[in-house]
Amino acid sequence: MAAEGGKIDPMHQFLVEPLFGNSLTLGGYNIAFTNSALWMVLTLVAIWVFMLGGMKRELVPGRWQAAVEGASSFISNMVHANIGPEGKKFTPYIFSLFMFILVANVLGMMPVGIVPNVHPFTVTSHITVTGVLAIVSFSMVLIVGFARHGLHFFSLFVPHGTPALMLPLIVPIELISFLIRPFSLGLRLFVAMTAGHILMKVLAGFVIGGLNAEAAWVAPVVGLPVFVLMVGISVLELLVCAIQAYVFALLTSLYLNDAVNLH
Amino acid sequence: MPQLDQILGTYASQIFWLLVVFGTIYLLIGKGMLPKVEQTIDARDRRIAEDLAAAELARVAAADSEHGWQDALEAGRNEAVRTTQTAKDAAAKASAIRLADVDAALHAKLAEGEAAVQKALASAQADLESVGAELTGDLVARLSGATITDAKISKSVKAVMGNA
Repeated sequence: MAAEGGKIDPMHQFLVEPLFGNSLTLGGYNIAFTNSALWMVLTLVAIWVFMLGGMKRELVPGRWQAAVEGASSFISNMVHANIGPEGKKFTPYIFSLFMFILVANVLGMMPVGIVPNVHPFTVTSHITVTGVLAIVSFSMVLIVGFARHGLHFFSLFVPHGTPALMLPLIVPIELISFLIRPFSLGLRLFVAMTAGHILMKVLAGFVIGGLNAEAAWVAPVVGLPVFVLMVGISVLELLVCAIQAYVFALLTSLYLNDAVNLH
Repeated sequence: MPQLDQILGTYASQIFWLLVVFGTIYLLIGKGMLPKVEQTIDARDRRIAEDLAAAELARVAAADSEHGWQDALEAGRNEAVRTTQTAKDAAAKASAIRLADVDAALHAKLAEGEAAVQKALASAQADLESVGAELTGDLVARLSGATITDAKISKSVKAVMGNA
């Protein structure tokens, strides 16, 4: 929230800024440690701390251990239901994906902005990040598919029982819907998080603008209802955080199912 | 939109740090910690399943032993009934024999008694006749002064007593 001249720029939250100078390079590429990288590392730390609670390995779990076991059995059940017994080796990847997206989403929602000069940053609101995750998932589907089935993997584009007459129409449609998967996967998360955060900042701008307005009636008439709305939208955004993480993990496991079981 | 405006300047850093962080998450958490959590869950599930199986076994064993106990009880009861019946039969037989013995003895006693009574009766009758004849002789002598022979008297007394 950059309040420059009383204006709130809803896009400022997405700005990537180097934290320790712009000098870090690798092979000619600029890999400066930015606020985005910081929040990724915070996500990693948060997941690690959460998972530490599951390392007690008691027979009768405490609350924390039960939460960790609940999260991991949630993902392993989902993978098992969608891919079957062969999906067990993908559970670590899907779990990492789910936890990374979920925790990154939720950390972006944390109200750390009340501390001066600390700005929350939502890693998953960047197409670069979601795109890379989508490409990793899609590459996995391609590698697993071609490794397991070879060229027979292309039969994925011919659904069972398709009449030969329909093949010229069905195969391009199936091919396009397959090739569109990484884009829809990455864009869905990026758009959902970006839109939600823009909406919240615009509404917050209304509340602050209403309080700062010269006319006294603006604060109760505009500021208060928008504030109440913001509370609701924040709850909704938390829901979206969880749903988007779930959808990403679920779709990845569905796509992997195509590659592993091929119809 | 900074995500697109900045993409050329920041993509390398974003991708690099994402790969570093996500790779760490995958290796450290997904490959390192998650299997341990799953092992814990599996061990617990297995233990619960084993406990349930053991409980089921124990239940079956208990049902079996209860069955055996019921059978033993049934056999015991039958044995007892049979023993009782045998004892009852033996006792009935013994009592019948004793009853017959006693009956016979009583019969003998009764006959003996009856014979004695008969004998007493006969002797009483004879006494009565001689007394009757003596009395009659006396009476006749006193009333009429006639003397009748004993033989006559006894004959007529006998006749009278025979009619009475």
